[in-house]
Amino acid sequence: MNCDYCNKPAVVHEVTVKNGEKHEVHLCEEHAAEAGMNMPGSKPINELLTKFVISHPSSSGGAATSGTSRSAKSVHRRCATCGLGLDEFRRTGLLGCPDCYESFRSQLEPLIERAQNGGVSHLGKTPRRAGASIDRQLHRQRLIQELDHAVNAEQYERAAQLRDQLESLETDTPNADENHDRASESSSPKKE
Amino acid sequence: MELRERPHPWNDYNGPHDDVIMSCRVRLARNLAGFPFVNRASSTQCHEMLRMARRIVLTDDVAPGMIWVDINSATSRDRALLMERHLISKNFSESSHARAVAVSGDESLSVMVNEEDHLRMQLLRPGLQLEDAFERINAVDDAIESRLDYAFSSRWGYLTACPTNVGTGIRFSVMAHLPALKITGEVDRVKRAAKDLNLAVRGYYGEGTESAGDFYQISNQITLGRSETELRDEFQKQILPHIIQYEQESRQVLVDRNPILLDDRVHRAFAILKTARLLGVEEAMKLLSRVRLGLYLERIADVDLNAINRLFLQIQPAHLQLHAESRLSNEEMRQARADLVRSTLGG
Repeated sequence: MNCDYCNKPAVVHEVTVKNGEKHEVHLCEEHAAEAGMNMPGSKPINELLTKFVISHPSSSGGAATSGTSRSAKSVHRRCATCGLGLDEFRRTGLLGCPDCYESFRSQLEPLIERAQNGGVSHLGKTPRRAGASIDRQLHRQRLIQELDHAVNAEQYERAAQLRDQLESLETDTPNADENHDRASESSSPKKE
Repeated sequence: MELRERPHPWNDYNGPHDDVIMSCRVRLARNLAGFPFVNRASSTQCHEMLRMARRIVLTDDVAPGMIWVDINSATSRDRALLMERHLISKNFSESSHARAVAVSGDESLSVMVNEEDHLRMQLLRPGLQLEDAFERINAVDDAIESRLDYAFSSRWGYLTACPTNVGTGIRFSVMAHLPALKITGEVDRVKRAAKDLNLAVRGYYGEGTESAGDFYQISNQITLGRSETELRDEFQKQILPHIIQYEQESRQVLVDRNPILLDDRVHRAFAILKTARLLGVEEAMKLLSRVRLGLYLERIADVDLNAINRLFLQIQPAHLQLHAESRLSNEEMRQARADLVRSTLGG
């Protein structure tokens, strides 16, 4: 997608909903800087959240918005496990329980991706207990997903690293411990 | 509290790159599966969490000589002592729900229970030793995990109360001493560059605190989409060398271009520290910072670097009161601080 003001590729995408109406802004690096907007990933999540709340009057107790808009509905969404409301999360920046990640998945995904500079899935250590159920296939899927994001974001150095990891995953002996590649990386770091 | 009997956790701060990196820290955020996060937990759930954590953390395979401090029943001075030693956070010290901290015998490890996450464990090392710190905290994590089920998802990794910590839940940080960059006015450039590199630059006591004595806590912000070792290597091998080099070059610029200004700052600071009768904490830290700079640049001799390093902690309010064995008013504190500094530096 190109910048709203020129033909350069847009790097900042902001969607706000005011009084039930959706406004989209897509800007290239220069026009984003001119508009005083930071690059993706450079903002702490609490700032992102505050900005989101400000543009959603219904969640901050301001003027009521159209009850039919998607965002107005999602404000009243609650986690079935702990009862945390999305509005409360937006206010504090804190989730209520591990299940909140699933309950608010669609709202969290873009926020986390921006806060984590494009990171969308876990590539680190796996606890041994949970690790038993996670297989090589899932790890590969995540690497591929990350690779996709890295290429789209033109992070070529990162993409090369991910390709190396994929390669080493493929060349690992198939009978090895399913989590060996990750455990050796995280649990027993080599001395340098 | 047993910490009272230990006037200073470390005898020295010697470690790689200790001219710029005073200490380094690796922190892991972990939560228990099946429990609400701390901000949503009832008082009963918080106490249950403490009970479980205490049973698991106070074992020798986690770390030798662990002590348990119930923060709710601790005095305000003991809470301040822990904060001044960077063993608990400011928020943790000030909140009111059921919480505790476990500290290892050598005070390199602390495990905060019921901070923002159920467990916030950290490993401190002098100088830049992130590999070592990571290896140690990873072993602690393994030992705890062998007895507890962590909240973990294959997609998101370790689940944390704030989504900014999700994934590895790891934070690498250093306490960087940047006096030359401060003198040359370039420290703001470092701060701006750090932001672009997804780093946080915070004050002496971490989040929500100001810089003091030209110390800045610099940490990584990315926790998802990379492994722990990738994050560590990126921070330690790609980012920190630039910051260290920048400070070292600024020091050299001072030596080459303005040695008189440098010597004046260093020796004036030393003279005040050796003679002052009243010292505020901020002033004392600023002056100690200049003497520390002068020692590394060999502009001043016959001063023990470790004594200077220890003074940064000993002049903090709770440590001063511990030293004086009594509660001090602000004015008495300023006097006690000046007395301690003078006697340490032979003034």
